[in-house]
Amino acid sequence: MDNHFETGLEFLRQKLLLMASRAETAVNDSVQALMQRNYDLAMKVRADDDIIDQFEMEIDEMALQLLTKAPLAGNLRLVTVAMKVSQNLERIGDEATKIAKRACDLSQEPPVKLVLDLPRLAGLAVAMVKDALDAFVQRDSRAARAIVPRDREVDALNREMQAALTQHMVEHPETIPRCLHWIVAAKSLERIADHAKNIAEEVVYLCEAQDIRHLLKKPAPASRSID
Amino acid sequence: MSNPHMESQADHRIALAVRGLSIFFGSHAVLKNVTLDIAARSVTAIIGPSGCGKSTFLRAINRMHELNPGARMEGQVRLFGEDIYARGVEPVVVRRRVGMVFQKSNPFPTMTIAGNITVGLRLNGVRDKRILAERTEESLRMAALWDEVKNRLHAPAISLSGGQQQRLCIARALAVQPEVLLMDEPASALDPQATQKIEDLIVELKKDYTIVIVTHNMQQAARASDFTAFFYLGELAEFGPTTKIFTNPAQKRTEDYVTGRFG
Amino acid sequence: MTATNHRWRKAKNVLMQALALVCAVLVILPLLLVFFHLLSQGASSINWAFFTQLPKPVGEVGGGMANAIVGTFILMALASLLGVPVGVLGGIFLSEYPHRRLNRWIRFTADVVNGVPSITWGMVVYGLVVVPMKGFSTLAGAVVLGLMMIPLIMRTTEEVLQLVPIGYREAALALGIAQWRMIAQIVVRTAMKGIVTGVLLALARVAGETAPLLFTAFGNLYWTHRLTEPIAALPLQIFNYAISPYDDWHRQAWAGALILIFLVSVINLGVRVLTRDRFSRTVPQILIPGHHVATNVQPPHGITS
Repeated sequence: MDNHFETGLEFLRQKLLLMASRAETAVNDSVQALMQRNYDLAMKVRADDDIIDQFEMEIDEMALQLLTKAPLAGNLRLVTVAMKVSQNLERIGDEATKIAKRACDLSQEPPVKLVLDLPRLAGLAVAMVKDALDAFVQRDSRAARAIVPRDREVDALNREMQAALTQHMVEHPETIPRCLHWIVAAKSLERIADHAKNIAEEVVYLCEAQDIRHLLKKPAPASRSID
Repeated sequence: MSNPHMESQADHRIALAVRGLSIFFGSHAVLKNVTLDIAARSVTAIIGPSGCGKSTFLRAINRMHELNPGARMEGQVRLFGEDIYARGVEPVVVRRRVGMVFQKSNPFPTMTIAGNITVGLRLNGVRDKRILAERTEESLRMAALWDEVKNRLHAPAISLSGGQQQRLCIARALAVQPEVLLMDEPASALDPQATQKIEDLIVELKKDYTIVIVTHNMQQAARASDFTAFFYLGELAEFGPTTKIFTNPAQKRTEDYVTGRFG
Repeated sequence: MTATNHRWRKAKNVLMQALALVCAVLVILPLLLVFFHLLSQGASSINWAFFTQLPKPVGEVGGGMANAIVGTFILMALASLLGVPVGVLGGIFLSEYPHRRLNRWIRFTADVVNGVPSITWGMVVYGLVVVPMKGFSTLAGAVVLGLMMIPLIMRTTEEVLQLVPIGYREAALALGIAQWRMIAQIVVRTAMKGIVTGVLLALARVAGETAPLLFTAFGNLYWTHRLTEPIAALPLQIFNYAISPYDDWHRQAWAGALILIFLVSVINLGVRVLTRDRFSRTVPQILIPGHHVATNVQPPHGITS
């Protein structure tokens, strides 16, 4: 006889993977629309964001239902990780939509004459998302751990870009609106990388039951209970 | 509360030290080489599939397995440092320090509520009515039953509901002031409300007693215990803090059992 | 499922019910016949004289069975002194200390002995008690009845104790109560009604025994004052009167039989009263596999009244 609970868990996993593939597609499409000044593609990304939002709600509801059946051990971790990952995927979807909006605006205006390494930034972010989702599918904890430090590189690249754009805006004030769009797009890519890192951290928790979040920050004083 | 045994709980951190315990019924080994430490003033849950030896393990702690003819044991069990199987140690004495509550509540039918509580004392020679009355109230309060029965202490014990009867049995066991309380699936015959009361009671009691509870209900173990021991085919497969066993067990068979893949 | 099929099944049902009723009536009928016959024959002879007077000499009309009635009571009381302690303690031993090979032999012997004809008992006690004492006596009568009670009481006590759920024993032992105290104060107390039932049933059985008393108590036309003297008993008296040629004695024999059956009925009624299921049950009803639970204590099989 089938274990109905296990079936439910498998449904949850599948749904999460579907959502993940949509989010990944949204990121890829929004970056492409931005680079190729493709107005229609950008509009498509914006329209499809609703679907990603819907996925998040469905996954949360499924997870809650599964929690009423009191899962334990690996199953418990899977359900809580699913909720967190879906939240991160939804945010990725939102950031992709923001990029798409900026792509729409930029495509209506003449291009800015500035050499930007945006493709590399976009490439890094998109790769992080793909690798994090692959690690989730494969339950590969080592691969997930390897993703976490890459966020630093993305942050650095984003800062470089902010600096270059700011410089350009000072020198050529007529490009300010367009540069602001680029700044926002770059920021969204940096955020997407952050969320990919979060997903990787959740994958490590799922596989190893280790919480590796916030490890690289300066240790805070141990919290004391107030009583 | 003057309980000469309670001092030992304060001094020792380990209530029961089990080393290499094996139990044989005839030639069949029911428990194989079990070693673990049960912490004082805590709740330890024993889980495992049927036939894994968890009830036998419980009964080895108060020497009740000896009621089985052909039962034989090897190894050592120390209660606050004292070997309970040493030469010259009477099972009766051990059982006054280690109480037991059973799956099916069994208040003595020919006695009243008060009679049931004091039977352990009376049949061990305590006659002083004042002491008996004090212990009756004390035990019933500890078992969270006092308010419900204080006005009918002389009603027959079997006039209580199932959940109340089980709490009565707990009070009866507490009246002889044991140091350790063993519970063999105490709530499995009860409805959810009564079960909840028993679990709340267990969490309260652990402030003063060491409790070992056998349960087949994983949720109960997760709710009520501090440590969990997973037995499998007569062996101790895994032992650790309850949270760890139920969120991230070290062994695959523990994980499989806890998530319901077998057993 | 056609209509005719249904009607045939209904008819079969009614037929079987009628058959069962007829069989039940057939079972009760002999008992009713006995009662009514005794009543018709003996009721007229029941008077105050019957209960208070001694038998009159042969040929004289009148007199009673006072000494026989009292004698039966005395014999039952004395027999209990022997039968009850030995029987109950034996039953306790068989039930509570069960894991010995000896037990199997004791049980076997008890069952065999239960089937020994009562006249054989009489002869045995004749050889063992009457001959050394050089005479029939109350003592001999009490001994034979007591000996007959022992295996009955032992087996019913054992069976009744076995019905006490093992949970009570375990609970008592787990409290650190010593085994013998547990047996006396918990197990036996719980089974007390059943034990008393067994004793009463054994009494009802031996109250009507005639053959063994022929060789031991022998009977007495007067009051008995010492244990070493023969004693009158109802069954004996009935027997002697019935085989006599005197009509008056026949009449009194009927009356005696009526009294005897009344006595036995009262004992059985007492058993029923004791074992009735009152609104507050004496034994809990929750069933868990592996635990033996009794709702009320019924007289075990093999014991007829």
